Amino acid sequence: MATGQAIETAPASGTFTPVDSRRRHVLDLDDFTAEEITAVLDDAAAMREVLSRDVKKVPTLRGKVVVTLFYEASTRTRISFEEAGKILSADVINMTATASSVEKGESLLNTGLTLQAMGVDAIVVRHPHSGAPHFLARSLKNVAVINAGDGAHAHPTQGLLDLYTARDHLGDLEGRKVVIVGDVLHSRVARSAVWGFAHLGASVVLCGPPTLLPDPFTSAGWGPGGNGAHNPLANVRIQPDLDAAIEGADLVMALRLQLERQKVGFFPSMREYIRRWQVNDARMARANPDALLMHPGPMNEGIEVSTALAHGERSLIEEQVTNGVAIRMALLYQLVGSGSGGD
Amino acid sequence: MSAHQTGAGLPQGNAPGFDATPLARRTTADSRGFFITTRSDTKPPAGTDERSTAGREIMDADEIRRALTRMFHEILERNHGADGLLLAGVRTRGVPIAERLAGHIRDSEGVAVPVGHLDINLYRDDLSERPRMRVRPTTMPVDVTGRTVVLCDDVLYTGRTVRAGMEAVSDLGRPLRIQLAALVDRGHRELPIRADFVGKNIPTRQSELVRVRLAETDGIDDVCILDRWVD
Repeated sequence: MATGQAIETAPASGTFTPVDSRRRHVLDLDDFTAEEITAVLDDAAAMREVLSRDVKKVPTLRGKVVVTLFYEASTRTRISFEEAGKILSADVINMTATASSVEKGESLLNTGLTLQAMGVDAIVVRHPHSGAPHFLARSLKNVAVINAGDGAHAHPTQGLLDLYTARDHLGDLEGRKVVIVGDVLHSRVARSAVWGFAHLGASVVLCGPPTLLPDPFTSAGWGPGGNGAHNPLANVRIQPDLDAAIEGADLVMALRLQLERQKVGFFPSMREYIRRWQVNDARMARANPDALLMHPGPMNEGIEVSTALAHGERSLIEEQVTNGVAIRMALLYQLVGSGSGGD
Repeated sequence: MSAHQTGAGLPQGNAPGFDATPLARRTTADSRGFFITTRSDTKPPAGTDERSTAGREIMDADEIRRALTRMFHEILERNHGADGLLLAGVRTRGVPIAERLAGHIRDSEGVAVPVGHLDINLYRDDLSERPRMRVRPTTMPVDVTGRTVVLCDDVLYTGRTVRAGMEAVSDLGRPLRIQLAALVDRGHRELPIRADFVGKNIPTRQSELVRVRLAETDGIDDVCILDRWVD
């Protein structure tokens, strides 16, 4: 044997699984395996190191073109994709639905075909309609499609950055209790996070006003009573009472109350929502002593989460944003940088 | 050529009757310089599978240890001691090599030379042609600026990994100088790069594969030549 120092990283070569070489797109986390998720999170750890440098620039994606195609408003997701691409030396072009031919009525398909004909390597798409990125991925032969949020369906890069942040603090997520509280019905963040945490073996409790807890989570295929042992969502539970749900939690994720969607009366009043479902210090006291808080942003401070908690020691909210850049770098590196190997 | 003869004369371990033919063919082919054609129309000999796992051993654990012992002395001699040194192991197997060199220096000089881990995947010039590669953190215990950084790797071949390693180091700061230590130099450089410290020069064919195994990563210390087409 050698001189006996601990080698910090000594992988047995067989356990060093890369992201599946057949993967060309990232559309949701439901088709990821636990190994693939772990591979992305590990790559993101290397990207965090790049982010911590004085000069945040590596030549990895020189000559590659990434387009962000946003049909919905966004601050952190679009900017973090742009930053991720630029740090990796890709050329990043931002395209919004306003101020483009979309305003003249160009369809999503034709926009995608146009971008493909221009030779872009990846399209990062956000769209108000669920399934739009899947449609784009099916229609384009030579472009990697990354879903940056589609309707109320999925937001896989947010899910991955949530997993990264959680794993960074909690270590192995197997058996950990994660409570997702708020407007689950309208939340693509929750839908992707549920898959991700379930794949990594955490037990997930969904909490919120019963009117904002969607049926599919309780019917077949979701939660207990699904497809038996092979159902990755078998450990997902529903508990509308936050005080009960938060008992023994390791991680609490508050969702943004989508105020623009609340006109139709999902709950009686904002005061009642705050009283029953706001995550605050008193409620966190029921969780594990070192339980942590996450929020995907943008926050309605004082509504779904108290200001004191959001900016307190338990809050990982700012870290989530930093980790978001690292996760997007990891995905661009894998999808755009490396050869596909599976073609 | 003399190094080659030395390598060919090593004991062959547990596959005694196995190497005579390939070695003879190899020598003539090398001298004529058309080895690839010679090989491609030659069927793999019987017992190929055994050969692919055993390989042709070029260095065993003792020889690796002696080579590293000589290399650490050379590193200290060239740099007039261990002051300002930083050993940067290129992941994966450059890391244990750097750790071992640092261990030798500590035992011999009583000086703890910092060891960094360098991942060069973000700097590859052939990323698009490669299958997906995981990338892992680059960690440097100290700032590289003003230091003599010794890149440590297991095999020096085309030089492209070293080029990427130099770029990776330069992105972290401005080292005083960069030197290169390689356990094995197998030739076939594609860039104007040479090693400052070499454990062993091993003439090879480009069709062959040099496999370095180290206890920390593979559970065993040895260097073997494998036939790529068997692998």
